[in-house]
Amino acid sequence: MTGSTTQAPGRTRGSLVRSKRVLPGFGLSLGISLLFISLVLLLPLTGLVAEASGMSWSQFWFVISDPRVVASYKVTLWTALAASLFNGVFGLLLAWCLVRYEFPGKRLIDAMVDLPFALPTAVAGITLATLLSRDGWYGQWLDTLGINLAYTPAGIVIAMAFTSLPFVVRTVQPVLEEMPPEDEEAAITLGASDGRVFRKVIFPTLWPALVTGVALSFTRSLGEFGAVIFIAGNTPYVSEVTSLMIFIRLQEYDYAAASAIAAMVLLVSLSLLFAITLWQGRYLRRLLGR
Amino acid sequence: MSIKIDRLNKYFGDFRALQDISLDIPEGRLTALLGPSGSGKTTLLRIIAGLESATQGRILFGDRDVSQVPVKDRNVGFVFQHYALFRNMTVADNIAFGLESMPARSRPPKAEIRKSVERLLEMIQLPHLAKRYPAQLSGGQKQRVALARALATRPDILLLDEPFGALDARVRKDLRRWLRSLHDEFHFTSVFVTHDQEEALELSDQVVVMSQGQIEQVDAPTRLYARPGSRFVFDFLGHVNVIAGTVDAEGRLRQGEAWVTLPDAPAPGEAQLYLRPHEVHLVSEPTGQACLPFIIEAVNLIGAEVRIELKPKGWACDDIWEVGISHAEFSRWQPERGDQCFVSPDIGHLFKGESTSPETLTWRP
Repeated sequence: MTGSTTQAPGRTRGSLVRSKRVLPGFGLSLGISLLFISLVLLLPLTGLVAEASGMSWSQFWFVISDPRVVASYKVTLWTALAASLFNGVFGLLLAWCLVRYEFPGKRLIDAMVDLPFALPTAVAGITLATLLSRDGWYGQWLDTLGINLAYTPAGIVIAMAFTSLPFVVRTVQPVLEEMPPEDEEAAITLGASDGRVFRKVIFPTLWPALVTGVALSFTRSLGEFGAVIFIAGNTPYVSEVTSLMIFIRLQEYDYAAASAIAAMVLLVSLSLLFAITLWQGRYLRRLLGR
Repeated sequence: MSIKIDRLNKYFGDFRALQDISLDIPEGRLTALLGPSGSGKTTLLRIIAGLESATQGRILFGDRDVSQVPVKDRNVGFVFQHYALFRNMTVADNIAFGLESMPARSRPPKAEIRKSVERLLEMIQLPHLAKRYPAQLSGGQKQRVALARALATRPDILLLDEPFGALDARVRKDLRRWLRSLHDEFHFTSVFVTHDQEEALELSDQVVVMSQGQIEQVDAPTRLYARPGSRFVFDFLGHVNVIAGTVDAEGRLRQGEAWVTLPDAPAPGEAQLYLRPHEVHLVSEPTGQACLPFIIEAVNLIGAEVRIELKPKGWACDDIWEVGISHAEFSRWQPERGDQCFVSPDIGHLFKGESTSPETLTWRP
């Protein structure tokens, strides 16, 4: 792990791989990175699996198929899906405005996109709950229309959308910025209407980044806790999310059950990310010929 | 369709990119816009296409004023330097794009579009690549596809922005010939931008030389090279040898130890004499008409001619002189680096004082 390639070029000893590298420090930097990934990412995940593996299959199945937990899966999945799809549309629009147009305050808005990342999610949750509750700024107006968002699944969607918006904007933005204007100009000179230029030329180029952004937004929403619990109302079978179920099991000192449910969330997130990466690789290979 | 450009001006902020451009581009001809980078040639091309709008002035296609017509309704084909193929579409879909973009009323049926695409693929000699994606093609192939795509809708005018600029020398030459023969077959009106003088002279019927947002000269390639209208065109087209000096009372241009007797004895004053490398010859002794002493700096044997680079001896000039002699003459004479020799002019172009247009002189042997 501490192998170094800073040897003099004339030295021919060492492995073939080593002697081929021009840039020094490969062994050292990769070693540190791997160590860090192991400590921070892999070790806790292993711990999670180890904790859950203390249970028998029937115990495991009993925990994860508890009706209240299953209801929480459903709520989490559909709210996360709704939030990420909303972000797919709104995030694309926002990225488009930020890249394509010049307007006063553009830099400010650009900076504000990262706010959900920087803000503690609990703060976001409390703020949203206050705004949307029946006597809040938005809530009182919505209430007169007979709409109540706070303490319902709709509130969960709003909280999730808020915390995961930057994923879409920040993945789509660089692709939009690097898109050569010639492609669009070529399409226009060929007589294509604006709509057709967007559908046939711009969108296909954005598509991989947009899907990745939406998928990241979705997986992030699956595990969202802080922002959601303040606004969800947390009614069993109606507005309880899976991460709350994990928390409840922990409070009951049932670590194994908490780990089992957490393992389910992990499984879904990982397989989704893996699938997206595979798909994107194939799509981009066609586009870039790699 | 002919193009008429009428007193066109284009400003980018305070920068005047095009200054009072008026130009007629004849129908069915290949016209080259030639100039160094920053001369405004690409801006002019983009304004013709409608990708950029002029600050003042008009553009007419035939008799129709298209100044306010949007790009997509101008019916022009545009070919970009970096191809700008749609990466997410196959070659065939790229070529079909223009036809499929037509409004439903005038769009040909699917079968017909497929047939046109096949015909165009034949024309660009790439029918076997119909199902490939642009990323799988070489530069030359991409540019052919881009050309087929631009021609698919049968545009009135074909515009090409440095079409061969991104290709290597060999492919560039092949593609140039191919475009020329394609043009001779179909006779579309085309305008192409280039900074490569050889390309402009070889390919076009008419060359427009531009510099700093202005037109320097419009002429047929042969006339342009033989009769450049200004110092700029001289410098820009091929190599030119220059001697600057003073004309004395006897009509001799002098500078240091060098002198040339000018025919027709012009009035005394400052003057510059421009001499093309093939319009002079090398001699071992000064002649009665000229004494231009040089030291041979380099001898380049590659090519149809032997190119000899000369450094002035006993006088000065900004650029090194170049003279071409035949291989036969070279083997007879065997000049070497460091030898002294003299140049004797046959045809020259004299700029008097601050005058911008030259006077052509001929010396009798």
